[in-house]
Amino acid sequence: MENAVHASDAGGRVANRPVPTTPGISLPLALVLGRLLRPQRHLYALAVWLEATPWAYRAFTAVEKAVKGKLFGCRMCAQCALPSTAYACPMSCPKELRNGPCGGVAANGDCEVYPGLRCVWLVAYERAAAAGRTADLRRLQRPIDQREWGLSSWVNYWQNRDAGLWNGDTSFAPAPPIEPR
Amino acid sequence: MNAPGSRLRDALRERRFAVTAEISPPRGADPDAIRSGARLLHDWVDAANVTDNQGAMVRLSSLAGCVLALEEDVEPVMQLQCRDRNRLALQSDLLGAAALNIPNVLLLTGDHQKFGDHPEARGVFDLDSVQLLWTARTMRDQGRLLSGKTLKPAPGWLIGGVENPFAPPLAFRAERLGKKVAAGAEFVQTQYVFDVAHFSAWMQASRDLGLTQRCGILAGVGPIRSLRALERMQQIPGIVVPAAVEARLRGVPPAAVHDESIAMCAEIITELREIPDLAGVHVMAFGAEHLVPEILERAGLGRRAHAQVNEHVG
Repeated sequence: MENAVHASDAGGRVANRPVPTTPGISLPLALVLGRLLRPQRHLYALAVWLEATPWAYRAFTAVEKAVKGKLFGCRMCAQCALPSTAYACPMSCPKELRNGPCGGVAANGDCEVYPGLRCVWLVAYERAAAAGRTADLRRLQRPIDQREWGLSSWVNYWQNRDAGLWNGDTSFAPAPPIEPR
Repeated sequence: MNAPGSRLRDALRERRFAVTAEISPPRGADPDAIRSGARLLHDWVDAANVTDNQGAMVRLSSLAGCVLALEEDVEPVMQLQCRDRNRLALQSDLLGAAALNIPNVLLLTGDHQKFGDHPEARGVFDLDSVQLLWTARTMRDQGRLLSGKTLKPAPGWLIGGVENPFAPPLAFRAERLGKKVAAGAEFVQTQYVFDVAHFSAWMQASRDLGLTQRCGILAGVGPIRSLRALERMQQIPGIVVPAAVEARLRGVPPAAVHDESIAMCAEIITELREIPDLAGVHVMAFGAEHLVPEILERAGLGRRAHAQVNEHVG
């Protein structure tokens, strides 16, 4: 039991346990979709309406969870790091590492906790490298707000609440201090 | 700022080749296990790490172990990991360390609980190691908590982390160090180095990113004292034992593996000392602190300056 990867764990959706998940869509396609879903006026209005309309918010969140769960192993932390991680979800890492791989990645690239599954940060690096975007992974990701679990990251994102989730610098300059939420 | 003196900080600042080692706290409440390890290391190291539930096994706490080490005049490096604590507990333990004059902290994510003696435990992972480094630097340099509340006085420790140059994605490992340096790491200790050429290439990559000027890198070393230890080590995620090392240990009679491993460890240190900008070595002997002096002496690293001072005075 200890080392087993349960079939039901695939995608990290059962029991909301983090299980490393290789994205179901390519980075170029994800980047196109990401551009379409960028914060913009009509999506801002939609997000405001959703938050004011509980039944719609619930329905929207269920759809988001189904789509992003299937594609990325999304567990609904509601503070989406995907645009900065080559669309490999760091919250599918068993240690929920948002700033890069741990030191336990096996020589063959497997996650130390789930042998047989590829480290999600290795997947992120390889996808980023293939697209010439490894600098994205240099950004420092601030601690998340644990109160947000289960809420819609799109609704947050479209209302610009994700500003400050990561530091834009990619030169390894000393990071400015972490500001309180 | 509450800043106790730190021999490790001085060694790094003066670019003296620094030596650190590890004290593994006991499973039990015996303070002498820490004290005796500390006494063995006293003359030979600038500072000694006290591990924090290493391998996800419950041990006497790192904070308590650090206080015991201080009582033996061994400068402690308090290890603190994110698996067992949320951001409140992490910040609180960091303040406790400062109040107890622990001059160095080493901040890491921690091994997954799956590998330890309580695999049924909840892993916390509220922060990751980079975020914890960033938090510590915010506490020290801005004098405030993640909440924004002011600290009076602010703590003054030297802030360290860890890195593994040997785990995939290899091409990202120097950049990963860069993130830790940007977040606040002033020194790092690495995973065991058995492949000096690979380590040297990672050092070069780190140098090219300007990191060796900003962060003292201490190479992790240690003896593999038996074939059983070799097999155990090969099972630990992230440790790479090259075929040549294995062949060398298997090439001597079983009774000679112990001595061979000491010789090999000393040789690795000697080779590492040739690497430009390497700040020092970190000796991990897993409960065999008594071997550390011999390894260091064979590698040409004598007693530390503070040991000689004490001799003259005493």
